[in-house]
Amino acid sequence: MHRLKKIFATDSYVVPLVAILLGFLVGAVVMLIGGYDPIAAYSALFKRVFGSPYDFGEAIREMTPLMFTGLAVAFAFRSGMFNIGADGQVLIGMTAATLVGIKLAGLPMFLLVPLAVIAAGLAGGLWAGIAGYLKAKRGINEVITTIMLNWIALYLSNYIVRNFLLLKGQNRSEDIPASLSMTFLNGVFDNARVHWGTAIAICAAIFFYVYLWKTKQGYEMRAVGLNPNAAEYAGMNVGRNVVKAMFISGAFAGLAGAGEVLGVFHYQSVFAASPGYGFNGIAVALLGLTHPLGVILAAILYGMLTYGAAGMSFGADVPPELIRIVIGSIIFFIAAQGIVRWVLKPFYLKRKKEKVS
Amino acid sequence: MSAAAPVVELKQITKRFPGIVANDSISLTLKKGEIHALLGENGAGKSTLMNIVFGLYQPDEGSIEIDGKPVIIDSPNKAIELGIGMVHQHFKLVEPFTVTENIVLGMEPKKGLKIDYKSAAEQVRKLSEQYGLQVDPNARIHDISVGMQQRVEIMKTLYRGADILIFDEPTAVLTPQEITELMAIMKRLVAEGKSIILITHKLKEIMQISDRVTIIRRGKVIDTVETSGTNPNELAEKMVGRGVTFKVDKQVPHVGDSVLKLTNVNSKSKDGVPVLNGLSFEVKAGEILGIAGVDGNGQSELIQAITGLRKIDSGSIKVSGQEIANLSPRKISELNVSHIPEDRHKHGLVLDFTVSENMVLETYYMSPYNQGGFLKMDVIDRHAEDLIKQFDVRTPSIETKARSLSGGNQQKAIIAREIDKNPILLIAAQPTRGLDVGAIEFVQKQLIAQRDQGKAVLLISFELDEIMNVSDRIAVIYEGQIVGEVFPQDTNDQELGLMMAGSLKRGGNAGA
Repeated sequence: MHRLKKIFATDSYVVPLVAILLGFLVGAVVMLIGGYDPIAAYSALFKRVFGSPYDFGEAIREMTPLMFTGLAVAFAFRSGMFNIGADGQVLIGMTAATLVGIKLAGLPMFLLVPLAVIAAGLAGGLWAGIAGYLKAKRGINEVITTIMLNWIALYLSNYIVRNFLLLKGQNRSEDIPASLSMTFLNGVFDNARVHWGTAIAICAAIFFYVYLWKTKQGYEMRAVGLNPNAAEYAGMNVGRNVVKAMFISGAFAGLAGAGEVLGVFHYQSVFAASPGYGFNGIAVALLGLTHPLGVILAAILYGMLTYGAAGMSFGADVPPELIRIVIGSIIFFIAAQGIVRWVLKPFYLKRKKEKVS
Repeated sequence: MSAAAPVVELKQITKRFPGIVANDSISLTLKKGEIHALLGENGAGKSTLMNIVFGLYQPDEGSIEIDGKPVIIDSPNKAIELGIGMVHQHFKLVEPFTVTENIVLGMEPKKGLKIDYKSAAEQVRKLSEQYGLQVDPNARIHDISVGMQQRVEIMKTLYRGADILIFDEPTAVLTPQEITELMAIMKRLVAEGKSIILITHKLKEIMQISDRVTIIRRGKVIDTVETSGTNPNELAEKMVGRGVTFKVDKQVPHVGDSVLKLTNVNSKSKDGVPVLNGLSFEVKAGEILGIAGVDGNGQSELIQAITGLRKIDSGSIKVSGQEIANLSPRKISELNVSHIPEDRHKHGLVLDFTVSENMVLETYYMSPYNQGGFLKMDVIDRHAEDLIKQFDVRTPSIETKARSLSGGNQQKAIIAREIDKNPILLIAAQPTRGLDVGAIEFVQKQLIAQRDQGKAVLLISFELDEIMNVSDRIAVIYEGQIVGEVFPQDTNDQELGLMMAGSLKRGGNAGA
């Protein structure tokens, strides 16, 4: 209880909250300028998300990959790196899950599904590990290598699907027998595509927290992230930590891929372009202040906004793209904390005066 | 200009930051043509005050007058316009540019669209002659000495028309000879009608050069005195708030067996330039060996080689007879070698870790802090509590980030951590850099206490006074070589200065 109080006594939660409000406000102003009714738009948005069990379930589906990629970016960030390649790692994870899910279909389900999920995490991790290795051994900036690896991942996945997994006559893989769907919830959510990936994502967030703040290896990783010079001086192996951190980050992203193919689509498409999970993950990580709990909450918000945006166009005739302005502004206000603190200044002054008197 | 009005008058300046009053109603007058020293411990509020004068901060209360007229200085540009110039402790120069290019940067004389370097160089040469600075306008910054670079900084302010010069810890990086030259330059500047504020905590320099001293402690002016009417002891007492002994008390050393022995160590930089050049020396148990030298003569590389952060090409480094050359930092640390690093922010601490986390930076993986891969936070916290008490580290709590501690307390935290490892060899690189008199006394006493317990102590310092006072034996390093080994009682500043400049050899490798 005391701990909880401490969390809410600091202003670390105030800034994001105010940033979110300001973001909605900016969106409203833009709508007004465009001649739309912001109140109708926002209520349509929330109606869409909470209006029916099906939509609510689908909103959860929308949030799940964002949780994973948000965690992936946040984890790398805590270890001093910027993983822009979560997108490629998602694709590689997807492909690994599809490959295992289809090619090992003879195995019993209780073996096949975990194997496919593990393969996805492993493959995503190894893919990100390439960037980690190049940074540790050759000093190449991970921003560059992860971006480059995104393209390689896109074409490599498409190649694998086309050549080994293709459903004849279609631009997608065969159906995957392995499934992460929570079919027992079909009644509750009206057949919305909810799946176990969401639960795995929550577990990943818990792992993130425990590993980074409670274990020896996490301590090392944070030290390397915050000050590699001091870490090296204290006898830590900086290079090994860089590779390990990238591996874990990539594994999170890879699991997002497993959730999508095993839980949502049950096949893998040949992608014309990058699906963009990883880039949204950067936004989610920033929004969540790179803390696992924050990332989960940010993914929920982000997923709700993206999913609800469709409701805006149906319910209030507002173009759904406007929600991008809201999201963009929220991130802007979080990044530019100075502005938020400036907005809050009168409140703080008042509080201080009250304390004095 | 009326003769009576002071050049700068600060009236009742108050500046508050959340939680502290950095400047509490500070008043200070700078008379025309005087050198006014500003003396105070770290965190006393000197920098805040000077940042207010230079327009980086706005005072919450109080006013500033220049030449008797009230002014509002809301940016450094405004400060420059008012004739205020600052010579920073860390130079702000573009290394590959020439002296002239650096000086005119931002205020280049133009000829049409082109920069008129010829007339710029001419102007620089004139300034240099007027103040006896002897700077070559066409030399590149990376080719000239640190002392020369500082003169370029001085000329930058003069070129911008400064009449009031603020020197922030100007002697921290200079050799004794360069310090003497700087003093002459400051005298010349004053003679030419400039006025100087000198920020420093070196009492010797204040006594030598300043006309008046203002001492501040915890944001308040304690006193302003005429230098001629005071002495170092009185100043130190006013600055720290209690009596300070300058003479380091120590007994005769009981020297034991060899602990650290370097023989003919060679190492090259990335560009293939030799940085350690057949370096040899030895430190025995129960003695403090001081390495004297000018910054950049291989001291950093020497420490890196001993602590495992740098590979050596040839030679041998032995700790208690065991070869440690090219071992990993962790292996060396496990042989009971402790190291107080030269740059505490870069190497000594993870600034965004808590004090508690920083206290186990090298031991976190060992029992009892680590059990089965999980850190025992309660044990780590208790350990930190103990060290904080034992070494009097002033911190609001062990959960405070190391970043928010003052420099002296950060250093105390590092020393606590390193001494707690109960080392056989303690390497202290610039352990008192940037610390105030009180903290310096603490650090030096700790080093001597370690030596009295029979540990070998290797002290690397650019401060000659420290080397002379603390060491039992002195080795002088010059261009990656030991060029002299002397006992402090048989030598003096001049002789050491000459050795540090490479123009005298004594003892040295031959004798070792």
